[in-house]
Order: sequence, then C-alpha cells, then structure tokens
Amino acid sequence: MKIDLVIRQGRVIDPAHGVDDVADVWIHDGCIAGIGSFDGKAKRELDAHGLIVCPGLIDMHVHLREPGAEWKEDIESGSLAAVAGGVTSMCCMPNTSPCLDHAAVVMQVKMRAAQVGLCHIHPIGAVSRKLEGTELTEMRELSRAGAVAFSDDGKPIWHAGVMRKALEYASTFGFLVIQHAEEFQLTKGGSINEGWISTQLGVQGMPAEGEDCVIARDVMLTRLTGGLYHVAHISTAGAVAQVRAAQAEGLAVTTEAAPHHFALTEEEVLGYRSDAKMSPPLRTEADRQAVIEGLRDGTISVIATDHAPHHVDDKRCGLECAAFGIVGLETMLPISLMLVRDGVLSMAELIAKMTVNPARLLNLPAGDLGQGAVADVCIFDPDGEWVLDRNKLRSKSHNTPWHGKSMQGQVRYTVTAGTVVFEQEQA
Amino acid sequence: MVDCPTRTMKHLFGMADLTAADIYHLLEMGESMASINRRNIKKAPTLRGKTIINLFFENSTRTRTSFEIAGKRLSADVINISASTSATKKGETLLDTAQTLAAMQPHALVIRHSVAGTCEFLAEYLDNTVIINAGDGAHEHPTQVLTDLLTIQQSLGDIAGKTMTMVGDIAHSRVARSHLVAAKIMGYHVRLVAPKTLLPAQVERYGCEVFHDFDAAIPGSDMIYMLRVQNERLASSCSFPSVREYHEAFGLHRARQALAGDHCLIMHPGPMNRGVEIATDVADSLNSRVLNQVENGVSMRMAVLTHAINAKPVAAVAAVEEGDDDED
Repeated sequence: MKIDLVIRQGRVIDPAHGVDDVADVWIHDGCIAGIGSFDGKAKRELDAHGLIVCPGLIDMHVHLREPGAEWKEDIESGSLAAVAGGVTSMCCMPNTSPCLDHAAVVMQVKMRAAQVGLCHIHPIGAVSRKLEGTELTEMRELSRAGAVAFSDDGKPIWHAGVMRKALEYASTFGFLVIQHAEEFQLTKGGSINEGWISTQLGVQGMPAEGEDCVIARDVMLTRLTGGLYHVAHISTAGAVAQVRAAQAEGLAVTTEAAPHHFALTEEEVLGYRSDAKMSPPLRTEADRQAVIEGLRDGTISVIATDHAPHHVDDKRCGLECAAFGIVGLETMLPISLMLVRDGVLSMAELIAKMTVNPARLLNLPAGDLGQGAVADVCIFDPDGEWVLDRNKLRSKSHNTPWHGKSMQGQVRYTVTAGTVVFEQEQA
Repeated sequence: MVDCPTRTMKHLFGMADLTAADIYHLLEMGESMASINRRNIKKAPTLRGKTIINLFFENSTRTRTSFEIAGKRLSADVINISASTSATKKGETLLDTAQTLAAMQPHALVIRHSVAGTCEFLAEYLDNTVIINAGDGAHEHPTQVLTDLLTIQQSLGDIAGKTMTMVGDIAHSRVARSHLVAAKIMGYHVRLVAPKTLLPAQVERYGCEVFHDFDAAIPGSDMIYMLRVQNERLASSCSFPSVREYHEAFGLHRARQALAGDHCLIMHPGPMNRGVEIATDVADSLNSRVLNQVENGVSMRMAVLTHAINAKPVAAVAAVEEGDDDED
C-alpha cells in the first residue's frame, strides 16, 4: 500500500515531543503516520534536505474581516496568506460586522473556513454583546459553535465590573479571556507611542501606561476571580514585568507578542509612515528589549501576529487619519527567526511559541507531530533570503512596514491535514 | 529646503529643512520684500506667470490672507481654496483633492491642514508642485517662525544668543515646535512656560528650559512669546480648570511685564485672546510687536515663495546672491 505523503530528510523539530532530528515524516489519511526512516512508497514525496520540518504554525491573533469588511480581507484571502506563511491554524478575532457575539455568526465563519479548506480557523468569541463592554455573550453557546476563547479585541473590556464577571463566568467553563489592554481615556486621539518622537512629529501619543494600567487592574481581578487571563499583543516593559510577576505568583496569566513589537521601534513612524501605525503602537527600544527578554525567559509563551488588513485607502491618508494595524501572516516566520539568529531562543523554543504553546493554551488539536496527530506541517528554509514585495502578498491588503525589506527564512511547503496547500515557487 | 523632483523648486515642510544660511538668506530677502510692501505701488514682477494655490483645510484669516497678498504682490496668479467650499465636503479624499489641483500644474501648493505630516504625505504623491507648509496640525508652521525671526532681527539685531520665553499651550502648538527646531539652527535659547498639562512628552530634549513659574522665567528674556489658548477645548480636556486661574498663573499682564527688561519684545502669532493669555494693555504696549509680525508675515512669505519657486529674485537680492542660485 502506498501512503499519501512522505517528507524526506528534513530537520524535524517537534517541541511537544522533544524531537529535533533529521528524519522522514510520513503521512496518511490526513494524520501523522510516523517519524523516522521510511522505506515504503508514497503517492507524493517532498524533499526537505536542508529544511526544517515542524508542526504547522498557529497564529492565535488575526483579523479576517469576514463578515463585513471583505474588501480588506476575507476568509479565503486570509487563508491563502496564512498557508503562504506556514500557518495552518489561526484564531480570528470577533470584531467583524456583525461581530462574533452570536453562535450563528461563529458557525458561519467555521462553515466558510471549511469551504475554503486551506487551514483550520478557530473563531474567538466576543466577551460582550456587540463588543459594547456592558453585557456578556452566551459564551458556552459560542464555545459549542466553535469559539475557542473570548475577547473584545480592538477594544478593551474597559469596565472593571464587567471584566470581573467575564473572568468569573468564562473560567466557570474553562474559557480564556483575551484582553486588548488599552485605557482609552489615556490613549484617546493618539496614533503612535507617546514620547520624544510623538512630540517632534506633533502627533498625539499613547503612553505605555495606557496599556500597563489595564493589565495591573486585570491581574488583580484574575487574583480575585481565579480567571484565565491572556494579554494580547504585549508591547511595553511595564506590561511584561506585570505578567512576569503575576505568573510568579501562580496566577493563570499568559501573554503573546507580535513580531513587530520585538522587531521594530517607534522610529519606524518617522516621516509619518502610516504602515508603521498599529495599536498598541511600536514602542521604545527599551520596551522592545523587554519584550525580547519576556520571550527569552518564557513570560511571553506565544508569538501571534495581530494580522490586521486594511485597504490602501484607509492607510494612504496621513498618519493621524490612517487605520491601526499591519498584515502579519506572511511575515510571522521570517521576522520571528531573528530571535534564533540573535541567540534569544533555540529553534525549538521559537517553534514552540508558534505551535504547541498556543495549542495548549487554547486546547487546539494542533501544534505537534505525534503519531496520529492531524498532519499539519510547515516546511521552511531557515536561511532562505527573499525580498518582501507588498504587491505579491496573498492577503488582500498590503499594509506592511517591511515592503522592500530583505527577509531571512522562507516557507517552502505548507501541509494542512495531509494535503500540500502551499508550495513556494522557486526562482 | 527639501529638493522636490523637478530640482528647481524646494518644498518647505518644517524648519529642519533650512540651514542657518538659508534662513539668513530668506531674512535678507524678506527685508527687501518689506520695502516693496511699503511702496505706493506694491507690485513686483518676480513671480509673473506662476500659479500658486492656497489650499486651506482649516480656518485661517491671517495666514491665508498673508500668503495671498504675498503671491499677488509678486505678480503670481493666486487661487484660494478653503475646506468649506472644497470637494472634501463631498467625500473626496485629501489625496484626491491635492492630486486634482496638482494636475492643473500650479507651481506651488500652500497647504494648511489639521493633521500633522500632511505636507510630507502629499509630497510623496505629487510631482512638479512645490509644497509649502502653512501649518500642519501640531507639527510645524515654518513661515510663522521666519516671520518672527525677521521681526526680532528688526528690533534686536541678530537672533543668535537671544532668549525667547514662550508661554502657553506648547503641546498643541505648531509654532512652538517650529521655534524649538529653529532655535537649535539659529542659536537662540527657548524657555518654555506652561502647566505640565500643556507640555508634550520629553520636550526638554529640544534643549530648551522648562519653567512652571512664569515670573521666574521673565528676567533675562529678550522676547516673551505668548501662544493662543483655546480655552473651551482645553478646559474640557482638564488641561486647566478655568480661564481665571490660567490668566493668573500663565497670562501676561502689566505687573508681570514689569519684570521684563525695557527692551523685551512682546510677541503673539495671533489670533489673540485678550484677557486670557495676554492682557489688553500688554498687547497694545510699546514693546508689543504683534502687528509687526503680521506685516512681516507678508514679506517673509514673499521671500519663501520666491525662494521655493526659484523665480529670479528681486534685484536687491539678486545682487547678493549672484552665482549662488543652486546652493540651498
């Protein structure tokens, strides 16, 4: 009998099982059939000499814009971008229109994801109805429809009383609450980090304390409630320190960092570059170093992109008028590989933050290459160099600060449930 | 100034686009322009055949009028467009409006907009049109500062080494930022006086001194520069509790003016709120240069337009500048 697919002689890294060896990976019926030396016949073989073979990446923080803003992105274009970036599972945030505050909308997203069929899409349900921050959604129902965690991302859950109840109610069922930590009263009108650069540009800033003070409050509420709390897109030194202290205390507090927050600083906005505008904003070098240290010491267990597609018209209008956010799915891996090149993380540690760690946090059936696991695989050349051309991105939107920049690390093949869904064209 | 693609013209976004030599050159041109403005026939042919569009997205009386008169006195064809009558009301984007106007091949677009960085942003997309910043959000207002420098020079001589005490809403002031940048280029000292609520983050990194006690900042000042306070907006944003308290602590009134030396100039970019940041008797005092600033505004904008569009300078300037046309 021929098995479906064999990936030959790559460096197989499966952090969930401590595997890091040159080996074959063979796949049958959409599942991992074995890792080792494969002598049999396969319907298809992929040559992975010199490449890394790891579980398909998980991006637990993306905005797919469907339903409601399909001119920016939809589930199909977002999926194409994901698999081009080696991502086989992603969690989409609920700030669509209508938002994911009702089971029917969650099911619609799941159904569309299945129709597209390129990667696994796990919706994040809204914490509050209409994302208004006043009444809770039917989280248990949303979970049954497919929601894997809850957030009002894009907006904070600003009301302390609602946040308390959200943490209590969600943790009743073991659900994670993901907070977009931003005190609007401190960030109102702001476009970029508050500091010397915002002063020189004459642009209203958003102080780091706008992020930090929400986390300070939420850590106290997590202590009070025994909730499960996750800080989205952490960006400040103060926030990293607070999460580290909460973890040391034994609280169920976790966090993720976006590649732009450990790769770039606020200097990117000089010249009023709207493609470097996102929320939270790019911060100072000291903040960037604190995020890197948080990744190194494990305080930050997950890398997630906050993939935020915006139409060119929403970005080509001057810094203060431009929408917040950048696309990230197709640059997640090459940008993150800087952490390995710089000696911050081992390759296995880096891969864990994009595979097994988010999988465990969200109880996803993904993120490892164990026998019988769903065969989601990312095969990449860690040294492959290429130049990012925004017009070649698979995403419908091209809002990236890395246009024209040299990337190191290139996805060669992406396999979702045993099917090769992406192959890099070789020049 | 910043080279624009056609090379014969220069954009002016902010004071950092100018060197000290540029600024002295412009001041010299401004002086000669002032003589045109005092003549009976206020017209020179310098910009004949040039088209200048004043594109104002914010209300402005003095700056728009000043640019309009400056262009007309140099014989340019000047078109004024204000946001209230423009296509933006019909939903056209800023870029479309600017590109539409640029397609009509003006030599210069003079732009005022409430968003910082508007000129830099538009310059990326517009070719063959020089862009002059007439005030962008809280970023810069370079022609105001050039005007101020001419005014100071006329009364006190060279600006280098002088001390300017600037008071008020520094955080939202494009004039303040342009002066803070210019001070480094020209070697004058800036003392800022404001409550902490009206100072932007890390403002001391400009190399200025920061005071919260107005009285303490006055001795040694060569000019006191009062900024307009938008009292409704600032009170509602908790920047200060009341006009009464603001005027007491940070307003310039007669008793406070008495702390200054006899030579100390009183300046204000206008429009003034009498009784808020500046008392009427101070605004109208002998040392007040407020109207000189307005008059010089026309002269300096004539100089900037001439320099930017790079027309043949007026005779007086040409003599000084011979063989030196492409240097800045």
